[in-house]
Amino acid sequence: MVGAILILLGAVFSLISAIGNIRLPDVYTRSHAASKSSTLGVLCALVGTLLYFLIAEGYFSIRLILGIFFVFLTAPVAAHVICRAAYRHCVPLAEGTVEDELREYYKPAEDFEGEDQVEAQGNEMETPTQEPLQVNHMS
Amino acid sequence: MIFHTILIIALVLLLAAILFNLYRVIKGPSSADRVQALDSVGINLIASIAVYSVLLHTHAFFDLILLIGILSFIGTVAFARFMERGAVIERKR
Repeated sequence: MVGAILILLGAVFSLISAIGNIRLPDVYTRSHAASKSSTLGVLCALVGTLLYFLIAEGYFSIRLILGIFFVFLTAPVAAHVICRAAYRHCVPLAEGTVEDELREYYKPAEDFEGEDQVEAQGNEMETPTQEPLQVNHMS
Repeated sequence: MIFHTILIIALVLLLAAILFNLYRVIKGPSSADRVQALDSVGINLIASIAVYSVLLHTHAFFDLILLIGILSFIGTVAFARFMERGAVIERKR
């Protein structure tokens, strides 16, 4: 019965996370709903499953423990990686955003252009006959 | 009987969560939204597989939980690297 209550709690948390994933206005605010409460929901469901099999059948599943540990470890890492990729990909912030503290540190998409210019200059140095074409392509 | 009903209700709630996330996958304005919603779909799928294995009284699906967790994480990280750098595996220069 404890397992059933934990499973129901986990399902409710997953539903709340999905509602937040629809209603929130931004990638960066949506990542809160998608990472934290969803992780809590799936952890509740998996712990409920573990307790059910432990109580009803006396079966302690190492694989389920490993799954719980892996989900608990990787879901916040995945959310962080997605948020960093979105910020460097210049996904716009929401309308009511008060403050953007990362703007001074990242300067998104400037260093990539610098790398491309370095590559283009290297190609021009190697093949000078194609120089006008490359200039047109760059501009 | 109450136990069975609670499990069915949990499955229905997880199905609603997966449908909401699929709405975000279809409608999402940027590709980061879509990747994030797909990651959330994978996590909800893990939870629904756990509930379904309780419903069927079987141990056979626990490997599947671990497998879907690993595949969802690797897919998410690969998409994020593709969005960030333009290539999944970087060449050495």
